[in-house]
Order: sequence, then structure tokens, then C-alpha cells
Amino acid sequence: MTLWTRSGRPRPQSGGLELAVWYLMRLSGLALFVLALAHFSILHFLFDPAEQTSEFIINERWNSLFWRAFDWLLLQMVLFHSFMGVRTVVLDYARGGLRTLLVTGLYLLAAVLFVLGTIVVMTLPLPGTR
Amino acid sequence: MLLRYRGSEGMLAWAFHRISGVAIWLFVVLHVIDIYLVGGNPEAYNEILAIYASPPGRVGEVLLGGALLYHALNGLRIILMDFWPALTHYHRQLWYASWVIFAAVGIPGAFIILRPIFAQ
Repeated sequence: MTLWTRSGRPRPQSGGLELAVWYLMRLSGLALFVLALAHFSILHFLFDPAEQTSEFIINERWNSLFWRAFDWLLLQMVLFHSFMGVRTVVLDYARGGLRTLLVTGLYLLAAVLFVLGTIVVMTLPLPGTR
Repeated sequence: MLLRYRGSEGMLAWAFHRISGVAIWLFVVLHVIDIYLVGGNPEAYNEILAIYASPPGRVGEVLLGGALLYHALNGLRIILMDFWPALTHYHRQLWYASWVIFAAVGIPGAFIILRPIFAQ
């Protein structure tokens, strides 16, 4: 008898794309354990939210390619993980046309956020290059 | 779906994971848009930042941090059990252990975020 965990989604037995998503959720989850917790800790424990104005982000937070790449990687991991996670919730509770509508809406919103996030992290001028 | 789970801790762990996950997703949607404004409309971003830095905003950040920390620790527990099934026998103990870490990290963290409210 296979022993299933009580909290996670069981490993899909169908294989294919669903199994790939199952593995990628765990892989992106591990990445987010480091990236998201580091991002939250830096911006709440090392810096205080009160000082994080637009000027702070341009001149300090995003003044190096490293932190821009870090946050862009975080963006990709969090968009995949959170939207596929909410998709699992939708698949649990919605059926038929509503399910198709909601899942399509999720993919569209994820694509829009990917574009917005990528534009801002790549086009905001680096200090001194203006 | 809820009925599939027999253990009360297992079911609570699952329900908290789902609720915290959806909450974090909502914040991610908001956060990508507000950071986009740093490039598109810096003044509007600064106005939103003032809300984040206000006392109710800080309480919200503590709730967000709590959701994030719970989801991260419980997610790690799920991954451990997925790839090392024998650990599933100890899923309760692992859940309690995650709460010990949650308190040890979360209480000082909440203190740091809320401190400016009382510093004035």
C-alpha cells in the first residue's frame, strides 16, 4: 500500500503534464523557501518599509544587476507556484464552463503580471546610467 | 475534498496551507502591480508605500509574513514526506515542529515589524 501524505496533493498517477506540474510545484517551492523568505527578511528586518520609496528602490535596492536578477527569478518562481497553486484550488471547487473560465483568467493574469514585472525590473534605469 | 483527510492535524495543516497560499497569491498580484508603478508612476507607488508603512499596514505585513512562514515550513514538510514516505508516520510531530520554528522566527520578526508603531 502506498503511503500518502495528508497535506500535499497526491502525486498524479496519470503522468505527463500533470506529473511535471507536481514536480515543478515542489521545485519552485524549494526555490521560494530561499528566495521569498530572503526577500521578505531583507525588506522587513534589514530595511524598514517606511524608507522604501521609489527613490530607494531605484538608487539602492535595484542598484545592481544581482538584486534585479534575484527579484526577477523570484517573480518567475512565485508566478508559477502561486498561479498553479490557485489553479489546483479552482480544479477542486469549480466544474465545467466556470472551471475553464477561471483557469483561463488565471493564465491571462499571470501573463500580464509576468510582462509588468519584467518591464519594471529590466527598464528602470540603473543609477548613474541615466 | 476535506473528507479525504482523517487526522485532525493533517486536515488543519492542509486547510492552513490552502488559506495562506491564496492569501499570498492575492498579495503577489497587488505587489507586482505596485512595484510596476515604481517605473510607471513613482508618486503613486510612494502613496501606496505610505499605506504599507502605516500601523494597519504593518499589522498586514505581520499577517503576510506569518502566512509566508507557515506556507514555507509546511511546504517543506510536505516535500520531505513526498520524497521520504516513511516520514509520513511522523506527520503530526513534523507539524508541531514546524510550529515551534514558526514561533521562534515569527515572534521576533513580528516584533521588528511592529516596533516603529510603539517607538513614536
